[in-house]
Amino acid sequence: MAAGADGVHSPIAQFEIKDLVPLRLFGFDTSFTNSALFMIIAVGLISSFLIMSMRGRSLVPTRMQSIAELLYEFVANTVRENVGQEGMKFFPLVFSLFMFVLICNMVGLVPGTFTVTSHIVVTAALALLVIGIVIVYGVATQGVHFLKLFVPDVPPALLPLMVPIEVISFLSRPLSLSVRLFANMLAGHIALKIFAGFVGSLLAAGVWGILSPLALFGTVALTALEVLVAVLQAYVFAVLTCVYLHDAVHGAHH
Amino acid sequence: MSMLLLGAVAVTTGEFIPSAAAPDVFPPFDPSTFAKQLFWLALSFGALYFLMARVALPRIGEVIEERRDRIQRDLDEAARLKVETDAALKAYEQSLADARGKAQGLAKETRDKLAAETDAERHRVEGDLNAKLAETEKRIAETKSRALASVDEIAASTATDIVSMLTGKGVTVDEVRQTLAKVKAG
Repeated sequence: MAAGADGVHSPIAQFEIKDLVPLRLFGFDTSFTNSALFMIIAVGLISSFLIMSMRGRSLVPTRMQSIAELLYEFVANTVRENVGQEGMKFFPLVFSLFMFVLICNMVGLVPGTFTVTSHIVVTAALALLVIGIVIVYGVATQGVHFLKLFVPDVPPALLPLMVPIEVISFLSRPLSLSVRLFANMLAGHIALKIFAGFVGSLLAAGVWGILSPLALFGTVALTALEVLVAVLQAYVFAVLTCVYLHDAVHGAHH
Repeated sequence: MSMLLLGAVAVTTGEFIPSAAAPDVFPPFDPSTFAKQLFWLALSFGALYFLMARVALPRIGEVIEERRDRIQRDLDEAARLKVETDAALKAYEQSLADARGKAQGLAKETRDKLAAETDAERHRVEGDLNAKLAETEKRIAETKSRALASVDEIAASTATDIVSMLTGKGVTVDEVRQTLAKVKAG
């Protein structure tokens, strides 16, 4: 994370996409990059942990099995509370989203790694996946009634005002969902990088070197904060997914 | 926006990081990387979804469900056993009460029987004793009257002896008797 051989890195160098295996498919640049590597690492970590920990399938769980069951129950309860029992068909999706975002965020905190969720295109793709499912499922199960989502229970005179607001609010959902996660990860990593950079820079700045422990302490504190943010953002992503799915399952306003 | 951010970062860090090896474009907003990121995201997230939906989650759900069932079964079994225990306890108390009642009945019966036997025995013994008493009394009366009769005899003979000694004349016992009878009568 600190200085490389060619001098100090820029705080945004950590977000650079580097091609590891160049590849072109269907006319697109589909090179295997550091981002792809960490996506696969995250998927591998999640899958191997969940599958290995449940190997025993014991009624009295081992420690690892308890963690897997805890995660399962946690997400299942979130889905049940926010979408209802009917929403459990989306449980694998919400669980996958939660775990993917969580582990990508957490892996990204390890110095030297790449944070998949710090790229807007990734978070936007996940958000659009959610909204796409909401729209497709909502229209498929409720048909035209799904459009009532945009017609709140207000006096008809207010509808010309309210319907555009509802439409904008609906359209801003994927935007807020993706930007919230992306911005949190980006800002956190930039702040971490800058604070960590201060440690070295202050040490090299003669008398100012006595301040470098402060910067180090700041880095440690920020890391703790970032762990919190990583978990919180994954949870927020999962909960908002559930809230949006609620509209698809139950229709709006009742 | 990207240039703005980049600028802000550069201003903040410029003092400490002299040679920022910054890329030309702010990486998260570099469209040339979108396709490869989306491609691998689709692949990896698709794989994750498949693994979760088909393998991991059913397994965990199964175990949790099984545990819940098992606990429910055990609770049901415990409730059933409790009902059985209660019934057994009730039956036991019932039979204990029955037995106690029976025992009391038996004891009373035995006591009554024994009392009756004792009474009968006492009556019999009392009867015997009374009979013996009566017989004895009769015998005493007989003896007494016989003794009284002998007294007359003795008195007669004694009187005869006294008379003969006093008068020097012999008198017979019969004469004395007659005289005595006369005296008694007179």
